[in-house]
Amino acid sequence: MADLSRRTALGVGGGLLLAGCDRIAATRPARSAFVGAEDLTYRVDRLITPRNALAPEFTGADVSPIFRSNGTARPGSADYARLLAGNFADWRLHVGGLVSRPLAISLAQLKALPQRTQITRHDCVEGWSAIGRWTGPVLGPILQFAGLSSNARYIVFHCHDDLGSSSYYESIDMIDAFHPQTILAWALNGQPLPVQNGAPLRLRVERQLGYKQAKYLRGIEAVASLDYVGGGKGGYWEDVADYAWYAGI
Amino acid sequence: MATSASRPKTYRHKRATRLWHWLNALAIFMLLMTGLMIFNAHPHLYWGRYGANFDASWLGIGPTPQGGGELRVYQIHVPTTGVLGHWKDQQGHVQTRAFPYWVTVPAHYSLAGARRWHFLFAWVLILGGTAYFIASLINRHFARDLAPTREELKPHHLWQDIKDHARLRLPTGDAAGRYNPLQKMAYIAVIFFLIPMMILTGLTMAPAFDATFPQLLWLFGGRQSARSIHFLCAMGLVAFIVVHLVMIVLAGPINEIRSMITGWFRIPPEKQRHG
Repeated sequence: MADLSRRTALGVGGGLLLAGCDRIAATRPARSAFVGAEDLTYRVDRLITPRNALAPEFTGADVSPIFRSNGTARPGSADYARLLAGNFADWRLHVGGLVSRPLAISLAQLKALPQRTQITRHDCVEGWSAIGRWTGPVLGPILQFAGLSSNARYIVFHCHDDLGSSSYYESIDMIDAFHPQTILAWALNGQPLPVQNGAPLRLRVERQLGYKQAKYLRGIEAVASLDYVGGGKGGYWEDVADYAWYAGI
Repeated sequence: MATSASRPKTYRHKRATRLWHWLNALAIFMLLMTGLMIFNAHPHLYWGRYGANFDASWLGIGPTPQGGGELRVYQIHVPTTGVLGHWKDQQGHVQTRAFPYWVTVPAHYSLAGARRWHFLFAWVLILGGTAYFIASLINRHFARDLAPTREELKPHHLWQDIKDHARLRLPTGDAAGRYNPLQKMAYIAVIFFLIPMMILTGLTMAPAFDATFPQLLWLFGGRQSARSIHFLCAMGLVAFIVVHLVMIVLAGPINEIRSMITGWFRIPPEKQRHG
């Protein structure tokens, strides 16, 4: 014991305890507990929060001097490079899945729709926050215009950024899809969306964390179940790293 | 002198108190250790509504350009090489995350895993705490055991209690069957301030909750302030736990732990008090 420093002893003891936690986390009961807790959080949030309760909006004085980028800063695909070189004139947003009228919308058409501008806070799952002014059309009317089926339960967002195994994707429920602040933003702080923040178009779903705010949008798909989307958990980080699908907390 | 077996016993802790104590001890430990892992994902704290890498942080933990680790609080730099910001993992590899593997859950870096544990035990904290709160109103634990008496709040009484603690002179006889005034205040601070603050600042960090109760943002001065207060209150809980454990060792760990399991506490004999 003499040559064993207190820190080493603590480390060994703590290490054993923690290795225990890691082993427990991999078991079926622990999985059910985690998923149960996530589900409980989701349901309680939906229960206590009015359907259209707005995320706080701020003033121009609150805007972050620099809105940092996270995740992909520039998609690497040849397709994206070509679209970017053409100033996104050839870019289209494809709206499909459980809709009666699939759409292919250009950036000019999106900008011609009624616009919403909101100064909101972007909260990364890592802990940092940045405030920015976002402008774009509200998602709900676009879905209605496409003739959304009553069987649709989730809206899936497909993106241009390739991350090895797949491109980025995310999904939200119908409450968030039809929330008045859920917009398809093409402008940040009065300027066209910079490439690092998701040009030409990104989702803003203001009552959830940053990884839900899909960047580099190329397609929107209405689905009845998330089982056949990616690995089945409803999003890239959900499938790859086990982040919670509901990111309201 | 009476043998320990013949010393009188008193029923010191009610069943609801004992149940909640152990459930909550587990929850707090898990929340603290998973919380340190979550902190590792972005080891900087800010004041105000926003805060990210390009903004000024008031606290940061991480590696130094000189190859060590440090804790920075405003302009004060504290070297922490080997413990914070620069430490060796179980395989002997140097890691530059803020908190080392032996205080985090999971032990290896996993923000998603830590969040799973954190929100599971947040429910244990909230549901267990609510049940304890209701039970303690009904069984009068708060009114009878925790509320300081008028006499205890008199300055000379408090001063005496501070002197007794400073001399590590712990209550014996009948007095040992009750909480002493400083002990009551410590428990009140944890139950009615630190834990509620942890819950409220934690909820303030949740974007969905901010849509429901934007007043919380106003109360704490923004999400990043709430995150800083969350961390500071967590450190307050750590300080409480350290003092709490030291006091248990000083007061007789077996008797103290047994009383928190069975409820029965053996009264330390009067004559042990000297000096």
